[in-house]
Amino acid sequence: MPIHQINPNKWIDSYSDYLFNFTISRVSDREIAQDLVQDTFLAALKSMKNFKGEASERTWLISILKRKIIDYYRKINSNKGKAEMRISYNGDSETEGDWLEERVADPFDKTAEDKMQNEELGEAILKCLSKLPVKQAEVFKMKTIQGFDTKVICNELNITASNLWVIIHRARTSMATCLKENWF
Amino acid sequence: MSKMKVMIPCEEANQTCDKSQYNEVNLWDKIKLSIHLILCKACRKYTKNNSKLSRIIKLANVKLLDKTCKEAMKKDIENALKNQSN
Repeated sequence: MPIHQINPNKWIDSYSDYLFNFTISRVSDREIAQDLVQDTFLAALKSMKNFKGEASERTWLISILKRKIIDYYRKINSNKGKAEMRISYNGDSETEGDWLEERVADPFDKTAEDKMQNEELGEAILKCLSKLPVKQAEVFKMKTIQGFDTKVICNELNITASNLWVIIHRARTSMATCLKENWF
Repeated sequence: MSKMKVMIPCEEANQTCDKSQYNEVNLWDKIKLSIHLILCKACRKYTKNNSKLSRIIKLANVKLLDKTCKEAMKKDIENALKNQSN
């Protein structure tokens, strides 16, 4: 009897942001990341019968996504003469596309490590979020990450303000507990 | 206002603390929270963790999918499921 069940109808609410964040820190392009996440879900649907329930749904989806990301880099690098790995070493659009070699004179880049740590942190946050009840996660994301106004969220989700603060309180408590082990 | 209550229960203090993470607290509530925190160790701990949570979330700069995109994906999954069952 498998321990983990599979339920595609909940995938988007529970995992899409986690997968998206995972992807965007690796391909640095919103649209490509969206497509890869979408491909992952569709591929997962096709191979649902291969899901044995040994790993959690999320782990299983990530393993599919990783292969999709590798395939993506293989594809863009297979064009002869264009074999160029684009790495977002900084967000400055003016210098975008410059060769990495041109920048070796830069002072030792201590932000690289920070950035890596932030990516791991982002993954940890979204992992914790995917464990929350869907509604709590939604409210928490809108309020804390996207920074929407209380009023806007209340209108959109059809809840009262006091309702919202109760949900926020529960979400914050669970999030703090979940993140505590590694990040506090 | 009849009588201003300075002492507040922990639930109220925690809610003020939650709101203050989003800068949605007026001055009077802030003062009441501060007084409560002087006296209550449990709430001091909650406030500390709560601020930490805010800080690391800001630090992580998490990227989310937009809502329309999610809706589109949901539809695609539904359609794919339908086709599979046929």
